Amino acid sequence: MSWDISGYEKWTWDEIPLGAMTLEGGTGVEHKTGDWRVKRPVWDKEKCKNCLFCWVYCPDNCCEAKDETMVGIDYEHCKGCGVCAQVCPFDAIHMMGEKDARAEEEGEH
Amino acid sequence: MQKLTEIRWHARAGQGAVTASRLVAETAMDDGMYMQAMPEYGAERQGAPLKAYTRISPDPIEIHNNILHPSIVIVLDDTLLPDIDVCEGITEDGLLLVNTRMDADEVREVAINVPASIDVKTVDASNIAVNTIGRDIPNTPIAGALAKVTDVINVDSLKKYVEKSFSEKFSEKIVAGNLASIDRAYEEVH
Amino acid sequence: MAENNIKVMAASGDQMVAEAFRQANPDVLPVYPITPQTIIVEEFDRFVAEGRIHTEFVPVESEHSAMAAAIGASAAGARTITATASQGLAYMWEELYVAAGMRLPIVMANANRALSAPINIHGDHSDIMGCRDSGWIMLFAENAQEAYDDTLISFRVAEHPDVMLPVATTLDGFITSHALDRAELMDDEVVAKFVGEYKPERSLLDTDDPVSYGMFANLGNFYMENKLAQRKAMDASMKVLQEVGDEWEQISGRPFEMVKTFGMEDAERVIVVIGSSIGNARHVARILRERGEKVGVVGLRVFRPFPAEQLVNALKGAKAVAILDRTESFGGEGGPLWAETVAALTKAGVDVPCRNYIYGLGGADVTVELLEGIYEDLKELPAQAAKHEIPAVAYRGNRS
Repeated sequence: MSWDISGYEKWTWDEIPLGAMTLEGGTGVEHKTGDWRVKRPVWDKEKCKNCLFCWVYCPDNCCEAKDETMVGIDYEHCKGCGVCAQVCPFDAIHMMGEKDARAEEEGEH
Repeated sequence: MQKLTEIRWHARAGQGAVTASRLVAETAMDDGMYMQAMPEYGAERQGAPLKAYTRISPDPIEIHNNILHPSIVIVLDDTLLPDIDVCEGITEDGLLLVNTRMDADEVREVAINVPASIDVKTVDASNIAVNTIGRDIPNTPIAGALAKVTDVINVDSLKKYVEKSFSEKFSEKIVAGNLASIDRAYEEVH
Repeated sequence: MAENNIKVMAASGDQMVAEAFRQANPDVLPVYPITPQTIIVEEFDRFVAEGRIHTEFVPVESEHSAMAAAIGASAAGARTITATASQGLAYMWEELYVAAGMRLPIVMANANRALSAPINIHGDHSDIMGCRDSGWIMLFAENAQEAYDDTLISFRVAEHPDVMLPVATTLDGFITSHALDRAELMDDEVVAKFVGEYKPERSLLDTDDPVSYGMFANLGNFYMENKLAQRKAMDASMKVLQEVGDEWEQISGRPFEMVKTFGMEDAERVIVVIGSSIGNARHVARILRERGEKVGVVGLRVFRPFPAEQLVNALKGAKAVAILDRTESFGGEGGPLWAETVAALTKAGVDVPCRNYIYGLGGADVTVELLEGIYEDLKELPAQAAKHEIPAVAYRGNRS
């Protein structure tokens, strides 16, 4: 980040930017919303036909695609709304409890 | 003219009273006066009785309201006379100017309430308009008549203004007809 | 002043606002037409159609959209204008607060008009006074000339770095918006030089230096701080308004007074009023003063920021004050002008009896007799005040 917001918690009325502007683009990347999630979408690469419906529908740009091909899900920002699983015509995404998913992850390691 | 002159116009919608109220105001403005002109806005439908107002003053005009005590009342349609008290609130030394074939005495007879103290003048502006302009639009000739019977506007200023402003929109023939209508009304008002 | 090319116009207030808008050379005008503002839009559209101006004219589908588009355009760094009235302004409501909170210097003309129900197209201040807390600077023109002058001044004030707030430049519906009046139009180049070019510090469309608007500022996050910043800007606008107004006086010869006084050198009975009725009150006061009556008028040209200091100074010598509101505040002690005036007097420790009147709603005529009656009432007010019997807010001009 080029915009120095150190100590922002103490900013007074004359220190905040005019009209509460955010003086930098793309700051959403810094804001990790993945920990809001209760259920996570799990993507099955075998079933996926790369129709990219999920990429179109995801409100948080968390269905990641490269060269018109689905590559994965951004769990740092995914809030677990489940719309990707709803719209997938091939059942290639299913929702899984976050707790179970994490337990499974730990088991794998 | 010393101070504020207030004119009230009575007509039916479509007869050009709003245009007339502006014509008189703008003529006076060209002679360096301050002015206001406005219709009484309401439901607008052809033939409905309407009122319009003109104020003229050598000083800036501060008041913005309907004219309740005009010194001049101008009626563009004599069929209004038995129905509407056109002289309501007119000043004691006021003037009533009517577009009609009737003479002043007949107007006093027909109209609802014409105070004896006021002056009544008539001119057949509709007939003049038909003969000079080719259509029954009495607003230009009635302004010519007003220039004769009061000193609110000057007839030469009126013709100058009509020539200037009408030339922007109308043919030479129509402009000439309007100017002729002013001359005739100026001569024929009595 | 002499070298300026001045054109004396026979024009309505709406036409003069349209001329001022044209001369200010705005980038974007999103707008929806509504009586009695329509002439402004029609005239401006004609200027665009004739190629006299290259403003992006955006005919939107509602006033809500008009203000939304204005907010977007202004955030993108465009000099942005719009115009509305009555239900249109009411429909903009939530967006008005957004424009102010985002500190966007939009200039909006409002032809002040009554609100439904019952339906009424005529002039009063119900619409504009309703948004007095939205964070917009609010100017009230007395006539077509002031509507023109106020509109030009608005751009400079709105875009001033110490201010950066939207401005509503208002004129009374039909009374000022539609009546033909005499007004002076200044030379295009002189105005262009006065208004200047808008150079926004930031633009939403600047991809080299990106910003985003519409920050979430929930509990403890900056909401209070932002509101305080808006108040400080509004406070600062008072000085800027006067400076810009004085500069315009140097060009036009017409003074910009936030509080206009008449007869106040010795007036005992005073009417405080706003909008076109200032002229009516002055007209009546002049007649009464010729008869030797010590009456006066204090008229406000600016309502937000509220020029409390000038108002209190003007009223210091008064013995009885009538405050006239052309809007209602149902159930309140009185209308908005009453509330502000009484608060200002109390804060300054000026003890003068005040009485509130509601008048002219829905374009009800403001007659000489009505105003004479109020001056007459004021003769009793000091005695009523001494007995703590000041009458409650009263209607005038209605059938009773």
